[in-house]
Amino acid sequence: MLMSSEIQTFTEKYDLLGCIQCGRCTGGCPVTVRANLNVRQFVNDAYDEDKLEELARLAEIWDCTACHTCAVRCPKGLKPLEVLIGLRTMIVESGKVEPTVRDALQSVLLEGNPWEKSRATRLDWMEDLDVKIADPDEPVENLFFVCCTIAYDPRVRAIARNMVELLNKAGVDYAFLPEDESCCGSEVFTLGEEGLFEMQVEDSTEFLNEYQAGRIVTLSPHCFTTYKTHYPDLKSPVIHYTQLLVELLNNGKLTWKGELPKKIVYHDPCYLGKQGNIYDEPRELLKSIPGVELLEFERRRERSLCCEGGGGKMWVESESKKERLSETRIKDARALGADVVAVACPFCVLTLEDSMKGLGLEEEMRVVEIMELLGELMEK
Amino acid sequence: MTEKPKVGVYVCHCGINISSTVDVDAVAEFAQKLPDVKVARTYSYMCSDPGQVLIKKDIEEEGLNRIVVASCSPRMHEPTFRKAIAEAGVNPYFLEMANIREQCSWVHEEIEEGTAKAKKLVSASIAKVRLLEALETKEVEAEPAALVIGAGIAGIQAALDIADAGFQVYLVEKTPSVGGRMAQLDKTFPTLDCSACILTPKMVDAANHPNIELLSYSEVEEVNGFIGNFDVRVRKKARYVDFDKCTGCGDCASECRVKDRIPSEFDQGMGKRSAIYLPFPQAVPAKYTIDAGHCLYLTRGKCGKTPKCQEVCGAGAINFEQEDEFVEFKVGAVIVATGFDPFDASRKPEYGYDDYPNVITGMEMERLVSASGPTGGKIKIFNGEEEIEPKEVALIKCVGSRDSSVGNEYCSRVCCMYVAKQAHLIRDKLPDANIRIYYMDVRAFGKGFEEFYDRVRRENVRYIRGNPSEIFKRGNKLVVKAEDTLNSRPLEDEVDLVVLGVGLEPRADMRGVMDLLRLSQSPDRFFLEAHPKLRPVDTATDGVFLAGCAQGPKDIPDTVAQAKAAAASAMIPLARGKVTINAQVAVVNEATCRGCAYCVNICPYTAIEMVTVNRFGNEVEVARVNEALCKGCGSCSAACLSDSIQPKSFRDSQILPQIAALGVMR
Ligand SMILES: Cc1cc2nc3c(=O)[nH]c(=O)nc-3n(C[C@H](O)[C@H](O)[C@H](O)COP(=O)(O)OP(=O)(O)OC[C@H]3O[C@@H](n4cnc5c(N)ncnc54)[C@H](O)[C@@H]3O)c2cc1C
Ligand code: SF4
Ligand code: SF4
Repeated sequence: MLMSSEIQTFTEKYDLLGCIQCGRCTGGCPVTVRANLNVRQFVNDAYDEDKLEELARLAEIWDCTACHTCAVRCPKGLKPLEVLIGLRTMIVESGKVEPTVRDALQSVLLEGNPWEKSRATRLDWMEDLDVKIADPDEPVENLFFVCCTIAYDPRVRAIARNMVELLNKAGVDYAFLPEDESCCGSEVFTLGEEGLFEMQVEDSTEFLNEYQAGRIVTLSPHCFTTYKTHYPDLKSPVIHYTQLLVELLNNGKLTWKGELPKKIVYHDPCYLGKQGNIYDEPRELLKSIPGVELLEFERRRERSLCCEGGGGKMWVESESKKERLSETRIKDARALGADVVAVACPFCVLTLEDSMKGLGLEEEMRVVEIMELLGELMEK
Repeated sequence: MTEKPKVGVYVCHCGINISSTVDVDAVAEFAQKLPDVKVARTYSYMCSDPGQVLIKKDIEEEGLNRIVVASCSPRMHEPTFRKAIAEAGVNPYFLEMANIREQCSWVHEEIEEGTAKAKKLVSASIAKVRLLEALETKEVEAEPAALVIGAGIAGIQAALDIADAGFQVYLVEKTPSVGGRMAQLDKTFPTLDCSACILTPKMVDAANHPNIELLSYSEVEEVNGFIGNFDVRVRKKARYVDFDKCTGCGDCASECRVKDRIPSEFDQGMGKRSAIYLPFPQAVPAKYTIDAGHCLYLTRGKCGKTPKCQEVCGAGAINFEQEDEFVEFKVGAVIVATGFDPFDASRKPEYGYDDYPNVITGMEMERLVSASGPTGGKIKIFNGEEEIEPKEVALIKCVGSRDSSVGNEYCSRVCCMYVAKQAHLIRDKLPDANIRIYYMDVRAFGKGFEEFYDRVRRENVRYIRGNPSEIFKRGNKLVVKAEDTLNSRPLEDEVDLVVLGVGLEPRADMRGVMDLLRLSQSPDRFFLEAHPKLRPVDTATDGVFLAGCAQGPKDIPDTVAQAKAAAASAMIPLARGKVTINAQVAVVNEATCRGCAYCVNICPYTAIEMVTVNRFGNEVEVARVNEALCKGCGSCSAACLSDSIQPKSFRDSQILPQIAALGVMR
């Protein structure tokens, strides 16, 4: 084992010599059906230091969605996608990135979010709501961290807004972080801005540790997994909101008004399922709604199909003209006869809804985040 | 201490193993000047014959009575040097070894550092050797009988060998029949012998051998004692069938009210059985057993008016009042042959084993191709509603092996070959099928294995180099998502049937046997042998040996070879009729012992008991050590508040001066 202070070679950093070239990574990689990416080949070729620059210039390194299927499946504990991220880092460091990526990273550095929005407006989503704001001097059981996308994108803002109403109604001990809350860095990490990400981890750890939180509750699975895997020094445990809601459900604190006689299919987000190992909670929440018929995709749970929303793909357009995975997903849902595709991730909402509209299915179908649905069913 | 210590110090070069980082001459020169040291020499290989002669000669000529050998770990050569000095007339326990190889030359790079540390280690050994006491080696009688736990092929073979040599064997099998996993196999690689044909005669021999007492449907409850003298207690579980009356006719099973409703363990749940059953037709003993968990009468207290089995049994063998029985006996040695569990394919959910009936395990395939299996040997699957012969068949290797994501880093050693064998058997039955094997390496290491692999490929079985990542369903087809790594091509391969080449895992219930016999696990969680190379069938508990897959995955040839080795080792004490017991045991100073019994609870070998003694007219409790059980580990001594219990050769009065001589190590 090398000490972190010593300089590691690319081969050491990604444990390339641990690879047995079994092909499970590429075999599982969802984007191989539409892009030219072969992640195992990269793990193999990156051993040659002289070839790294050439590899970094290949367009397909930007096709990775950071779904982590390759890492979950690898029998030797490698994280093949991080080899691609390492190559992205070389490009980011050379400054030759797409303007969209550059702007997003710049925005994280200056405003604490990748959406080029001002920090001063981070809490705008709270408008008209009675929200408890966290105070470092006051212990709180559930400290909420709101994802940048949820805070700024009006399409998914309801996730946070409905959450506040639900918490108020259920009498939960909670507080939301004030506006100095900053991006978790999930996408900064996958876009390869290593230096910026290290800084974010350091700063956010310090910021979050100022609070006396029983646990940190995240609204997005991306923040959830990023905190859990890349923030070793956080004082409080991190959970996803669906875990909290199932607790409330089991304690009889959640009740729904009326019925929802719909066929709902749940799509497992990669960051919540494959990476976070949370499969049952979202399903339990959906099943608790009277009238709902819960359907299942053929490719579900550990075998869920990625929607291509992660890995910085929000800022890098794929060159492939082949069917998007989110389209495949919507078609599968349609074939199942689903009225609603429910997810528990803001990115999945955006990609799946986009494809649903692209396929002209707006009349027949709906893509929702679970929190949106629950908000509509809450007795106010 | 009667005579004045005269110490001889022998510093070994170990070729260049030691001498390249330790200046051995400097160490000897240094030792020569220490108190009571009469001779100090170096030699290239102390353990060699001339090395030992050197010591013996000095003992004769210089009158040495204490020896220090500075060389390798005492685990390696302590017995060698003990024997050598005893031959020259010195008590074998007047020996100390300074480990200047593992603890010194192998861990230092600089010769100065290595030499300085070697000097300290040597002076510490000299300090101690002067204070050692002479010890006597004792012998006790050994019971000429053996216990074999588990009656798979390993246990059966070991039992037969020991019994053939003329010793009594108690063969204890947990399930109603002997045979283990091998009984479930169809044909066996690489020679394709039919498994039942070669196994059944041995099963019968084991049951009929005059020297073997077969205790089937039984479990070992207690083992006390030590090598040569183990006291064993076995629970014979109630079969609810009178063993002597049952003729094995099977009328009961054909009439049972839950007939064909209970998944048969033997057929991997693919076939069904009754609540009263014989696990398989060739089962030994051929006696029926009532499965108490499924029998209507035993679970609900009622089965029609009278239980059907009772009604039809002509021999009147059914007895619902039967209770567990206990038998006790004494043995000199124990062999653990408890086998393995196949890897549970549900633990790799990406393969959809729980979701898709047409994704099966290798164990299931064995039953499916077997003529005595649930389909009579026909490979048939359901394609939706319709029963078909599969056309596209994929076999996947390394499922649950070599895979840190499920915590199994090891190779299961049999899957490469059994998958090849199954491909051959499938080819036999489905001449037109397209068969492919997904692999990451082909390990054809055994006798005849590579030749078998060559044959199977030429039977038009495609080997695709890539370990699949996922299986899902598209229409009626199973999609195997993989990469052909030889041409870097990602694939979605549509097939009808997938066979998962599941690996071998330690048994989930092994803890019970571990605790009974104080055994440990190696990092792969199988039972740990005493030495991976030189004592591969021994364990840390003297008199307890390992055979078969209990010790690690292996094929039948290796299992049988190991079983024979374990039998031979177990017979050493039985044949000698005596065992030597460790002389370096703990002793209690009964005059100072306070009777608190702390040591009793701490001793990992249950070697200490409390006894009442008369101390100046008062009856007091003191601790006493059973020398046959004590390993001299010293745990007791660390716990004793009054320093009353001390291991011989490791008394405070001996090791404190040794530690003092080390000084402060840099
Ligand atoms: C699918 C498959 C196919 C295979 N094909 C081949 C092949 O073609 N050729 C080949 O050479 N090898 C093959 N093998 C390997 C072969 O099965 C093993 O080598 C062999 O079964 C090992 O025998 P064993 O006696 O060590 O263990 P087991 O067969 O597991 O027997 C252990 C016995 O101990 C009993 N037991 C366990 N715990 C206790 C307890 N606490 N008390 C009492 N009894 C207990 C069990 O009930 C069982 O009867 C195959 C393995 C698999 C999984
Ligand atoms: S899954 Fe892991 S071991 Fe297998 S090829 Fe990919 S990186 Fe290498
Ligand atoms: S993270 Fe997902 S998209 Fe990226 S290489 Fe791994 S499997 Fe492919």
